[in-house]
Amino acid sequence: MKNIIIILSKELKTYFSSPMAYIVAAAYLAITGFFFVASVSDAFSEASIRGYLAGATFFMIFMSPAITMRLIAEEQKLGTLELLLTSPIKEAEVVIGKFLAAFFIVIIMVILSMYFVIILYIFGDPDTGPLFNGLLGLLLYASSTLAIGLFASALSPNQIVGLVVGSGILTALTIVDFVASRIQGIGSDILSFMQLGASFSVFDLGALGVAESGHFADFARGIFSVTDVVFYISITIIFLLLTVIILESRRWR
Amino acid sequence: MIRVEHMYKNFGPYPAVIDVSFEVLKGEIVGFLGPNGAGKTTTMRTITGYLPPTSGNITVSGFDTVKYSLEARKHIGYLPETVPLYLDMTVIDYLTFMGRIRGMSRKWVEERIPKVIDHVKLGDYRNTLVGKLSKGYRQRTGIAQAILHEPDVLIMDEPTIGIDPIQVVETRELISQLGQSHTLLISSHILPEVSTICPRVLVISDGRIVADDKPSNLSQRLSGNERIELGVSGIDPKTAISAIRKIKNIIDVRSDTRAEKLDQASKENYHSILVDTKSNNNSSEKIAKLIVDNGWGLRNLTPLPMTLEEIFLQLTQDK
Repeated sequence: MKNIIIILSKELKTYFSSPMAYIVAAAYLAITGFFFVASVSDAFSEASIRGYLAGATFFMIFMSPAITMRLIAEEQKLGTLELLLTSPIKEAEVVIGKFLAAFFIVIIMVILSMYFVIILYIFGDPDTGPLFNGLLGLLLYASSTLAIGLFASALSPNQIVGLVVGSGILTALTIVDFVASRIQGIGSDILSFMQLGASFSVFDLGALGVAESGHFADFARGIFSVTDVVFYISITIIFLLLTVIILESRRWR
Repeated sequence: MIRVEHMYKNFGPYPAVIDVSFEVLKGEIVGFLGPNGAGKTTTMRTITGYLPPTSGNITVSGFDTVKYSLEARKHIGYLPETVPLYLDMTVIDYLTFMGRIRGMSRKWVEERIPKVIDHVKLGDYRNTLVGKLSKGYRQRTGIAQAILHEPDVLIMDEPTIGIDPIQVVETRELISQLGQSHTLLISSHILPEVSTICPRVLVISDGRIVADDKPSNLSQRLSGNERIELGVSGIDPKTAISAIRKIKNIIDVRSDTRAEKLDQASKENYHSILVDTKSNNNSSEKIAKLIVDNGWGLRNLTPLPMTLEEIFLQLTQDK
């Protein structure tokens, strides 16, 4: 536990001493702000954060791998991974510490964007339950995208490879419903179940904020679903485990 | 301190280290000598626990590096070949982090770091970003992290590679100092470097240990021959060569034909000669006496160390 905190605080320090975190946070606020405004500025639109959630889940496809791409790839490139892994510390502690640092950055971004919520309460009358349910869903979704990004970062010493592979996996898991709707049988069910984010229909600004399928859909509608919570936590754990396995793989290669 | 027993390491079907056994006792400084690709780094990585051996046992301070890996690692300070540094951290931050992940308390690390920084003479750069340091100072930062947690065993992989000659000398001095308080295993592919620092040398070639001896014994045991470089003046070189040939135990005498030597010799008006002789015969003294007795000029008389290439060639041919 102590080792995790040491890794976590070192990574956070590095995030705040480089421009990367600030640039990503600015882009996150701009993009989600745009979606939020578009979803609430019509005459009779409802006071909800669905537009914000749509923008956030969309942007995280690129943002999460951008946040995590450095974490392991750079250690491999600098050779510091050899030092970390010859210190009395477990691979899992390294991976969890790094994951938590990235998750912490995302939490800060989400907190910074909470002025949208304040605006909603000032000018409208949003439903508190669905609103916080949506935010919970967003954090769960974020954690699974970060785990996938971290996994991609461990694949090669090249950060760009981590970014491209991470975004690629996330994009595939987002548009999988597109394929699922065109085939039949159990394959279609499996593919539908694999859908990580909201359906791509969220990018249709006319239907803004309505995630029609996927594990994020219920969260966006304000419904709490245990299945989806378990799904996101499982994805997070699976990809963190895969990352640990990659780090350990040097032992049996 | 370090005990390696019948260690094999394969990468896929390729054997990198074959049946290596040796022991390094407390307080010993051992040089690990071998050409590139001989298995030095692989052996060191298995000792540090970064790679497990395919078979065989390794213990460090009594802890098996596979079974009690975390415990063994606590006793090791390791400087890999490419000095592992976080370029965007200051020297102090880097050392603090390295101390902390080795399980040292914050207070202990804060007290320890100034001592280590003084030891490796990094005082002026303590708050500099590691990325802005010159190579020599990065090397020192690397050494600082290796000794930070007061390990029993220090393992350094090619610690003087890629830094300028003055810093090489300083780094060697530093390593010699460290040898007084640590058990040291240093790899190198430069024989003179190992012979100045280490009283004992392990030679590895193609994954096997081919010699384990004092460096002075090593080059003698190898050939039984010494080579002497000689500069004479005031005499026809042919006369000098045939006179030296008559000395007992001399194997061969010839004019030195190395371009830079010819150049220097003709500029300074002397003649350069190479003499091969059997070891331990005071041949140098006899040659010097001959030259002085005949009233010739003696410009220099230098025993030449054997090059590493010659040593490997001989060791591997012997076996």
